Amino acid sequence: MNLATKDIRHNFGRFALTAVGIGMLLMVVMGMGGIYRGVVEDATLLIERVDADLWIVQRNTRGPFAELSRVSSNLVYRAAAVPGVSQAREFVYHTIQRQRDGKPLRIAVLGLSWPTDKGEWLPLSAGRTLGQVHFEMIADKQLGLALGERIKLGKETYTVVGLTENMISASGDGLAFFSVSDALAIQFDTPGEATRLERAARRSRGEQFELAIQQPSVLENAMRPASELPAVAEPQISAVMLTLSPGADPERVADVISGWGDVSVYTADGQRELLLKGSVERVRRQIGLFRVLLTVIAAIIMALILYTLTLDKIHSIALLKLIGAPNTVVLGMIMQQALILGFVGFGIAYLIGQQLFPLFPRRVILANADLLQLAGIVLAISVLSSLLGIWKAMKISPNEALA
Amino acid sequence: MSQAEPAAIEAEGLTKIYGSGNTEVVAMKNASMRVARGEVVALLGPSGSGKSTFLTAVGLINTPTSGRITIGGKLVQDGDAAYTNLRSFRRKHLGFIFQKSNLIPFLSAIENVQIAMQLSGESARASRHRAMELLDYLGVADRAGNFPSMLSGGQQQRVAVARALANRPSVILADEPTAALDGQRGRQVMELFAKVAHEQGAGVIVVTHDHRALDVFDTIYEMEDGLMTRSTSSASVHANQPITPLD
Repeated sequence: MNLATKDIRHNFGRFALTAVGIGMLLMVVMGMGGIYRGVVEDATLLIERVDADLWIVQRNTRGPFAELSRVSSNLVYRAAAVPGVSQAREFVYHTIQRQRDGKPLRIAVLGLSWPTDKGEWLPLSAGRTLGQVHFEMIADKQLGLALGERIKLGKETYTVVGLTENMISASGDGLAFFSVSDALAIQFDTPGEATRLERAARRSRGEQFELAIQQPSVLENAMRPASELPAVAEPQISAVMLTLSPGADPERVADVISGWGDVSVYTADGQRELLLKGSVERVRRQIGLFRVLLTVIAAIIMALILYTLTLDKIHSIALLKLIGAPNTVVLGMIMQQALILGFVGFGIAYLIGQQLFPLFPRRVILANADLLQLAGIVLAISVLSSLLGIWKAMKISPNEALA
Repeated sequence: MSQAEPAAIEAEGLTKIYGSGNTEVVAMKNASMRVARGEVVALLGPSGSGKSTFLTAVGLINTPTSGRITIGGKLVQDGDAAYTNLRSFRRKHLGFIFQKSNLIPFLSAIENVQIAMQLSGESARASRHRAMELLDYLGVADRAGNFPSMLSGGQQQRVAVARALANRPSVILADEPTAALDGQRGRQVMELFAKVAHEQGAGVIVVTHDHRALDVFDTIYEMEDGLMTRSTSSASVHANQPITPLD
């Protein structure tokens, strides 16, 4: 006769409510682990997906995912000429925030190096890759844009030609993919009035130079659009991604590029590591500590619940001892109830989590390894939390049945 | 029953002292009792006289300060020294019935009877069969599936009696077993004890205030202020009459 299940059957309502409470608590613990997985997955998603062997970034910076990185746009041609490099692509990445339907819309803008990169590597769920160098975009579903929808960014209007799923930036914003030139146009979009003021300022500065006084045409040139002035540099890009030829030694190529004074070079793993040890590390530790705290709280609550359940059964336990039940019967009853509570709580946590986590603003990824680890932790806290109840039960005298 | 045959239970010089020094209380002093197999013994006395102390001592629940307890010819307790695993010995050889029914609330009536047998290693099927027989015998078979909270006081007590009889114990200890029963049911329970004692050779000790069924008992003991005295037989005590202390 299984006394643990008999007691649960008799007090089913209370047990069910307790299990739901424990389950909700475990769901939070489970969710915290899932949020961490989601943060790591989102943060490393781009690095994994773009499939670059080497990243060239601004000298002494940690790359565009960790901090601001600016390199000359002609770096892509320099890099392409290095022996062992099969392909060099520009990388432009920045985040913008606009209003849409009265709500803020945050977009992580990523430039594709047209025509070598039209977005073939993207996991499209609908539509197509970029078909022209301007005015097309591929958007992630999280942005809420529909296929064929047109959105005005800066001075231009872009049409959504493709949709992706789960392409999220490290900060949780949905990614949108444009050609590099469009991405730069969005990034460096300047209002007409600002352009006019900038040109006027240029003229005002020029008037103070001897050359402009001697040659008025120079002053007239200074009033022309910036893109027509050779003295004004092209907009800078965030980084350059390299794909190496088969058999090329990444370290050797990296050594060559490291010799250039204006850039630093990282392997994809190095870039990933920098990202994880940088911005994600703090989040990981914060979530980790919070998770430990919640686990301890869950263990304490379970211990108190099991202790209370044991207190409720003092008379029955005394009676069992009186009629000769060995300690193992009493111990088994409490331990089994703890394990059943932990097991049912874990199941409830998983089932409720499956329904609730997709509604969270950030991705919550329940990895099998994390679920197994949590199951192990629940098993351990079930056993540990039953010890308080067992300790109390062992102290109960058969005499108490007569009281 | 022959005196040469080992007694069902024999208590010699049991003394129980609680506390020490100024707070010392002597609950039982030099109490002795011999119950032969098949003998039914009543233990009478006012509240606080030491009856329950004696019953819990011979029930191997409460360790006496001094004295010896022999059950079925085996010395099991001498002072605070136990000569066997008392809990295991209780399970196999002793049956308990108390004033309050003392059923496990989360087990049904039949499970309350079964648990005693299953703790002794009886199979679920065999224990269920015997439990049903006992409940039927005690007239509560129709409530076998009910939890104690759904039973009347008398029904609960009959289930408790069934549990006490479940393992065919050599000694049955009952503390006011008929307190929650009406006169007729009370007498039936007492007669049941006598029947079990005679048929199974069990020794039965019943602490009772119910003088209406004293004729059922073979021997009557009385306790007062922790001291125990013995009447030779129930014939010396008249049913429905207050018991006068014996010399």
